[in-house]
Amino acid sequence: MANRDVKVPCAIVGSGNIATDLLVKLQRSSVLEAVAMVGIDPASEGLARASELGVETSAGGIDWLLERAGDLGVGLVFEATTARVHAAAAPRYREAGMTAVDLTPAAVGPLVVPTVNLGGHLGEANVNMITCGGQATAPVVAAVSRVVPVPYAEIVSTVASVSAGIGTRQNVDEFTRTTARALEQVGGAARGKAICIFNPADPPILMRNTVFCALPEGYDEVAVAGSIEAMVAEVAAYVPGYRLKSPPVFDTGPYATPGGPAAGRVVALLEVEGAGDWFPPYAGNLDIMTAAAVRAGEALARARIGVPA
Amino acid sequence: MTAAANGAAGGVRRDFRLTDSTLRDGSHAVAHQFTPEQVRAVVAALDGAGVPVIEVSHGDGLGGSSFNYGFSRTDERDLLRAAAEVRRRAKLAVLLVPGIGVADDLHEVREIGVDVARIAVHCTEANISGQHIGLAKELGMEAVGFLMMAHMIEPKELLEQARLLEDYGADCVYVVDSAGALTIDGAKARVAALKAVLGCQVGLHAHNNLSLAVANSLAAFEEGADQLDGCTTGLGAGAGNCPTEVLVAACEKSGIATGVDPFKVIDAAQEDVRPLRPLQGVIDRDGLILGYAGVYGSFLLHAQRAAQRFGVPCTDILLELGRRKAVGGQEDMIIDVAVELSRRAAAAQAAQA
Repeated sequence: MANRDVKVPCAIVGSGNIATDLLVKLQRSSVLEAVAMVGIDPASEGLARASELGVETSAGGIDWLLERAGDLGVGLVFEATTARVHAAAAPRYREAGMTAVDLTPAAVGPLVVPTVNLGGHLGEANVNMITCGGQATAPVVAAVSRVVPVPYAEIVSTVASVSAGIGTRQNVDEFTRTTARALEQVGGAARGKAICIFNPADPPILMRNTVFCALPEGYDEVAVAGSIEAMVAEVAAYVPGYRLKSPPVFDTGPYATPGGPAAGRVVALLEVEGAGDWFPPYAGNLDIMTAAAVRAGEALARARIGVPA
Repeated sequence: MTAAANGAAGGVRRDFRLTDSTLRDGSHAVAHQFTPEQVRAVVAALDGAGVPVIEVSHGDGLGGSSFNYGFSRTDERDLLRAAAEVRRRAKLAVLLVPGIGVADDLHEVREIGVDVARIAVHCTEANISGQHIGLAKELGMEAVGFLMMAHMIEPKELLEQARLLEDYGADCVYVVDSAGALTIDGAKARVAALKAVLGCQVGLHAHNNLSLAVANSLAAFEEGADQLDGCTTGLGAGAGNCPTEVLVAACEKSGIATGVDPFKVIDAAQEDVRPLRPLQGVIDRDGLILGYAGVYGSFLLHAQRAAQRFGVPCTDILLELGRRKAVGGQEDMIIDVAVELSRRAAAAQAAQA
């Protein structure tokens, strides 16, 4: 059995704000140790910050990392670049025997939410963290679908305009499509739909998510609400600012949903306040991604080295 | 824009181009319950009257059918097919709000015969529309950029956003008064700011919450607007839109050529649309409050429903949404606000007891 005092070395690929926030969170991890951050711009502020925090850095990109991975003992990487970069890098990590936690929309590996389906993917060489909206809403859909079949789930994710980077903005469709897929593949809904809204209010709003689940005849309100509340508590264990704004609201239909007729629906209103590590607290959308990624990385590392959870 | 360049084939003189959105913005007013028969009747009547562009979609644009905005009774693609069957001269338009609809939706409607894609974003978020405007152009459609809730920012800031839309390839950029909150000066200043700099066309989409929709549209025309929107009887979100038949009549009397036959469009409004919602055009308390507080018009029916469901005054919900600066599409916030107001009211009552 591995020594629990020895942390598992990992690397961060990418040197933007997500990468910096990941680094701050990894420094608190009792399982992982970030030993390197790689980027492609020698003038990157992210690399400078990482260097100050005592992490080895390089602007030599993935080539440098693969060359040095052996010496650094890195078997786990967090990819915080872009979908295109990750799609190209994924086979190289796999070849090098490295496990990748993918924070880009590349979705090379299965979509995972730590509290829902990560346990079934601990042997994967690559897992994808979906989208911020997916991390925030798929668990709630899963909470409902473990109690009652969900013919259709729909979510509305609203984030502060200042918290949405240019990558997201240039490809909003990728966000809506990937999130909708997660409602089905991870959440267990027969059909999923995602809506994404940017709100420019100043001061910036906290990330908010509304989850609608269609409910079949004979649903049990107490069981559905209880399951949602339990799931929210589980997610809040790694995203402390993740909470229901009010108890789930039940409405009686009938509704003609794209997944078929439904007798009623449940509406869960969620708010995500970030931990305020590198991002300001309103950017709960970014915080939930990095927090979920660290959580996933820790579980994969434990599985890899046989440390009991 | 010269009248000649804007003129329709066949020599009809037009000083601006009118787009009728009865079958898109009006979808809000009928809770997205349009039938193919209604669409066929309205399109045939408007087309016959000479309306150059007719918009058909869910009120919140392609893909809008949802819990959040209301499910469509009939799939909007079937409504578009019905429209395509009967239109003869008019161009067919759709609305797409990035974040709700996806670019792929454009492929489908292009095949149905849609000519104009109107891509709508909140007025500060132009840079989420590049892929959609780009695809519309690639598919050979006319692309219109729609800057919603334009009252929320100053003309100078609006211009910056409009320039992005023009850069992405928009053939026209609209100042969209989604809340019906613009006064005449506000509408003029925004249209003038865009006209002064943009090379593409400029339009105004007016709502009637302050009873200024026709006045704002005429004022926009004076500032050089190339395109204006209306809905017959004003059928649309909130207190309704600029009533097409009233605008056409007012233009006729002002010597502004619309290319639309006033009597035919008046008949279309009265016979084909008025029966759908007899009291359309009345600016009641909720409709006025929307404009006064600058709240997105489509929230109206949802707020009224929430008021009933949670036992709180609709006015309070609307005012709170205004304070929270909710943007278009945030219908889910209505439930949130209503729940909170009802909880607050319960707490106040408990404290009194």
